Amino acid sequence: MTELNTLTLADARDKLRSKDVTSVELTEACLKAAEGAGALNAFVHHTPEIALEQAKAADARIAAGDAPAMCGLPLGIKDLFCTKGVPSQAASGILEGFKPQYESTVTQNLFDAGAVMLGKLNMDEFAMGSSNETSVYGNAISPWRRGNDDAALTPGGSSGGSASAVAADLCLAATGTDTGGSIRQPAAFTGIVGIKPTYGRCSRWGIVAFASSLDQAGPMTKSVRDAAIMLEAMCGHDPKDSTSAELAVPNFEAMLTGDIKGKKIGIPKEYHMDGMPDEIEALWAEGRAMLKAAGAEIVDISLPHTKYALPTYYVIAPAEASSNLARYDGVRFGHRASLAAGDGITEMYEKTRAEGFGDEVKRRVMVGTYVLSAGFYDAYYNRARKVRALIKKDFDDAFAAGIDAILTPATPSSAFGLGEMNDEDPVKMYLNDVFTVTVNLAGLPGISVPTGVDHQGLPLGLQLIGRPWEEGDLLNTAYALESAAGFVAKPGKWW
Amino acid sequence: MSIDKDTAARVAKLARIKVEEDALPALAQEFNTILGFIEQLNEVDVDGVEPMTSVTPMRLKRREDVVTDGDQQDKVLANAPDAREGFFAVPKVVE
Repeated sequence: MTELNTLTLADARDKLRSKDVTSVELTEACLKAAEGAGALNAFVHHTPEIALEQAKAADARIAAGDAPAMCGLPLGIKDLFCTKGVPSQAASGILEGFKPQYESTVTQNLFDAGAVMLGKLNMDEFAMGSSNETSVYGNAISPWRRGNDDAALTPGGSSGGSASAVAADLCLAATGTDTGGSIRQPAAFTGIVGIKPTYGRCSRWGIVAFASSLDQAGPMTKSVRDAAIMLEAMCGHDPKDSTSAELAVPNFEAMLTGDIKGKKIGIPKEYHMDGMPDEIEALWAEGRAMLKAAGAEIVDISLPHTKYALPTYYVIAPAEASSNLARYDGVRFGHRASLAAGDGITEMYEKTRAEGFGDEVKRRVMVGTYVLSAGFYDAYYNRARKVRALIKKDFDDAFAAGIDAILTPATPSSAFGLGEMNDEDPVKMYLNDVFTVTVNLAGLPGISVPTGVDHQGLPLGLQLIGRPWEEGDLLNTAYALESAAGFVAKPGKWW
Repeated sequence: MSIDKDTAARVAKLARIKVEEDALPALAQEFNTILGFIEQLNEVDVDGVEPMTSVTPMRLKRREDVVTDGDQQDKVLANAPDAREGFFAVPKVVE
């Protein structure tokens, strides 16, 4: 029999409903897998008591004939989500010991739909990073390796623990969040599916804020079908988030027909980057061929402001972060530095924040402080907001011309080794998000689908970008791509 | 635009993050790298473009200005590093 922790959400759901398995059995299989995977450092807080209690309740609901979408399905939750009574640190030292007195809307939605929480997952500190190397818990490790080389690879970031846990079958699926690519890049690095929905689909309430105009939650799963099932359970209007959209949530799974005949797929010429590996170009060309063979029309398009997306992001995201992270002052929650005789409140703030924040977080908070400071606000922040409007207009124009979805590479390379970027300047690491960050700036839905492996046997993904609020159509195109690519590679178990 | 040590110190102060004197030159250098990357935005013609305020066209909602919750003092203080007599405690602010 298949190991229960390796099931997809869809298969596990069907087995639960046909009474072939119980949620307690599924949950125990995942807890065992997670417990035995300390080497991956994916789970940073295990919650077995909560999981088993939720699993028993789910089994009771299933027995009573009341089995909502996610009923009995064990998940990992990114540490960025506030979970009531369970440590929620955003992988930061400054939130050491923080146990929220409330539940984030997204996790509450999942629990209402019957989901089971196995524990909290590693990530980059405050979701700032592309390799999960800025976490206070230490690096999360990818289950993938380059052939027989035992060098530790990054699972990507910031949702690195989520990616590692799903790829290694420690849970059936996980939550992620995506501010510049933090769902899609780690999904691509680990051979799984990750979707960032349209800005406003998922409530941000109870998710530790990084850059509020860019942050969105989404599922990280083993298949496109699972992404459809879980996204539907996560999203919906929430009066507690003033940017949450008051729109009905469609049945995304029902929209997975695989029929994309006549769909217009845009190929943006600006995504052919200088120095991009041939393997990525080849992967992209194969993706185009697959969608064409499935009946789609491939159209060359231009998104002329693409090259300005990363610099725009590195003004807007730090600016918003410097404002959001001002709340970590050592007064209301988390860490407070011990003070010397005569220290006043300013010293308390300065020492607390110096001790509690890691280097990358400090760097971004200070860059954000600078671009918002008197004399530079117009030159940096307002200019970036104008360029952002132009980046969004590029997409608006493409969609107005009849494009249904846009196909791009998900990342400029396969996963790199942990520590390999240590000596590079910060900007080099930022380039990881070159294909994903445009989507956050324009508020669009984007999905990463694994479609191949590189010469080292490491997974590679393609990204599809959809029209706003049309996640259902986007998921269907992704489903067609997934079916054509037939990606089945799994990492060999070494941990 | 080049950031020197004094500017780096001023930014750290504004951000309320203590940075040791000997760490300031390296910090200034990092700022310069990042700001150099951002300088590219000066190439873009933004004449007549409104700065984006909301990525999806939506009006922020309004609601009645009434109390909707409260009486949660214990919960509010539960995570405080130092809470006394129902208040957050901080070093002396007023002499």
